[in-house]
Amino acid sequence: MAEVSEYLKQEREKEWRVALRANMKNKERTQLERVSMSEQEADKRNKDFTEVNCGLSEEEARNEARRCLDCVNPTCITGCPVSINIPKFIKRIEQGDLLESARVLKETNALPAVCGRVCPQEVQCEEACFYTQKLNKPAVAIGHLERFVADYEQNSGQMSVPEITKLNGIKVASIGSGPAGLAFAGDMAKMGYDVTVFEALHEIGGVLKYGIPEFRLPNNIVDVEIDVLEKMGVKFIRNFIVGATASIEELRKEGFEAFMVGSGAGLPNFMHIPGENFIGIYSSNEYLTRVNLMNAADPDFDTPVLSGKKVAVIGGGNTAMDAVRTSKRLGADRSMIIYRRSIEEMPARNEEIIHAQEEGVEFMNLHNPLEYYADEKGRVCRMKVQKMELGEPDASGRRRPIPIEGSEFFMDVDTVVVSVGVSPNPLIPSSMKELDVSRWGTIVVDQDSMHSSVKGVFAGGDIVRGGATVILAMGDGRKAAGAMDDYLKSR
Amino acid sequence: MNKIIEKEFFSESVVKLVVQAPYIARSRKAGHFVIVRSGDKGERIPLTIAAADPNSGTITLIIQKVGVTSAKLCELEVGDTITDVVGPLGKATHIENVGTVLASGGGVGVAPLLPIVEALKQAGNRVITVLAARQKELIILEEQMQQHSDEVIIMTDDGSYGKKGLVTHGMEEVIQREKVDLAVTVGPAIMMKFVTLLTGKYDIPTVASLNTLMVDGTGMCGACRVSVGGKTKFVCVDGPEFDAHQVDFDEMLLRLDSYKPSEAEAYESFLSSHPKSN
Repeated sequence: MAEVSEYLKQEREKEWRVALRANMKNKERTQLERVSMSEQEADKRNKDFTEVNCGLSEEEARNEARRCLDCVNPTCITGCPVSINIPKFIKRIEQGDLLESARVLKETNALPAVCGRVCPQEVQCEEACFYTQKLNKPAVAIGHLERFVADYEQNSGQMSVPEITKLNGIKVASIGSGPAGLAFAGDMAKMGYDVTVFEALHEIGGVLKYGIPEFRLPNNIVDVEIDVLEKMGVKFIRNFIVGATASIEELRKEGFEAFMVGSGAGLPNFMHIPGENFIGIYSSNEYLTRVNLMNAADPDFDTPVLSGKKVAVIGGGNTAMDAVRTSKRLGADRSMIIYRRSIEEMPARNEEIIHAQEEGVEFMNLHNPLEYYADEKGRVCRMKVQKMELGEPDASGRRRPIPIEGSEFFMDVDTVVVSVGVSPNPLIPSSMKELDVSRWGTIVVDQDSMHSSVKGVFAGGDIVRGGATVILAMGDGRKAAGAMDDYLKSR
Repeated sequence: MNKIIEKEFFSESVVKLVVQAPYIARSRKAGHFVIVRSGDKGERIPLTIAAADPNSGTITLIIQKVGVTSAKLCELEVGDTITDVVGPLGKATHIENVGTVLASGGGVGVAPLLPIVEALKQAGNRVITVLAARQKELIILEEQMQQHSDEVIIMTDDGSYGKKGLVTHGMEEVIQREKVDLAVTVGPAIMMKFVTLLTGKYDIPTVASLNTLMVDGTGMCGACRVSVGGKTKFVCVDGPEFDAHQVDFDEMLLRLDSYKPSEAEAYESFLSSHPKSN
């Protein structure tokens, strides 16, 4: 840690940074208003899949960059799971050297255009920002700035490829190409390793592709970042399920010396209430996969999706918001969130909730489904819902929802999306008997090194956490890369 | 990878493809399936592996033309590649020597039944196989089944080959003739339902290999879910084989028709733009 703070200090004392600080008084900087990103009009955007947030203009970005005080002790960095040198990239924007700013992001972040869009900055870097902590003012819009710089670089046609130290010829594998695997691959490639990423699906990107909708994270943005990894020498193998197509043991025989399991939280949870298997009732994974990965909304593609006029989405997380907003775009008259607690307890990001509300999503908070009913063809047509009230806080610290007896009622629905969490994918754990697995099915790892109970097998992301965010998975991937490097060198 | 090296028409609508897939050929066991996708706009569908040769690195898939995706696959020629092939998926068949096994296969369900019959025979079972189809042309893999079964009984709906009648008629004759320790059935859901009703009447343990709709095939989506013993199971990771007496076939039949109207429409427009498939 001492090394890191020494490095940050040295960087901060560089001439250009000192000069920039002298350009404007802190008092003037703190007088500036936080930028607000423009958005597509709610009434238009809820009919197509174009991105909702429009990004910043260069002028807006440079103005926002001026708000950053370039603190002596940049607490924002401690809030970043991948430790981006935040003041440095922001000051490069202020200076106007945007491509250099992008290079700073890529020193520690393999997917800046993704993180700038989907990270919950408000509980990470921006929460730790001096403005939030000490001035009681809105934080520097770090997320917006990250996105601006990453997009600027993507559009510039001058994508920089991070420098690779001397190739060492050591073969390592990432199992899964989601955020954990991609972050891992980027770091390992930089350190000179021969990295192969195995992906079960036919597309690279994991949840970034099948899960997060186009209106929040366009696929081409993800593809550009993957392209950079390819230029760094990372190999991608699609349609390959480690544990089924070939075992880790077989891959060891092919020369792979260490593995990072980032296979994600694959299995969707259901509520196991009567009628849940009727036609038109989907897991959010299936509904979103059909639309995002398989392009079911486009008639040119073969995969169908049933999305009706009265859609109920069960759950209150980001995935539930993604699903309900998707249903609106597929032409629903009523898109409803049914969640058993109140809006305050919803795990979804505030921004997602607000966007959903603006787009006309109805929120039925303090409601819980009890049973589904179908027409003669088996298609769901009605559901029984019960009202809830909040009791004392439970183990999660949130107030426990309690059913109100006699409050049950029926409502008409033709599509239901169940979005009540996921469980770890059992494919890898069940193919390796000696791997330590928790009773929830997650892989048990050493917290500091992400090393599992099997030598040379590391793990990170949702297969370890059970269900978290893109950026935490990326942080795990980076941590695993560092630890794997130590492990391989110390053998 | 995924290159087609052999193609054979079993009938006008049933095609056998031998596909290069060296890893899958090495790893697969009886009961396993693959997910395939044809074309960049294609959908992902499950197909059971009928045979595999680890030496030549190939797997054999048998496809019946029933919709857009299967028709696209049937149009592929030797030398073409299938866009995506991934597997082996699902749990392998549990194979042990139980005594006498009555295997029943209907339509292209006979293809996935073959490796199961082969493995059961190898494990020392007496295997009697009943193959059923609407008419003679739709009976497939008879010779291979003969090779691995102690007896093969052919049933056709119209009596154009073997005996006239349903698969259950052929099975019941065997059940009344000798003690059957296990029944295994692979075929259309409606056939497996009636096979299961029959074996239930005689208290014969029965395994059915289910062929539901799937998207990813790795447990991620739940499109394939079925009720088994009142509990929701995923065919792709918990199956594809289940205790048939616990399977809710009526629910499965409904779910199989989830996209029937849009599928029929899509197939019609596909056929009109692909005169070759008519």
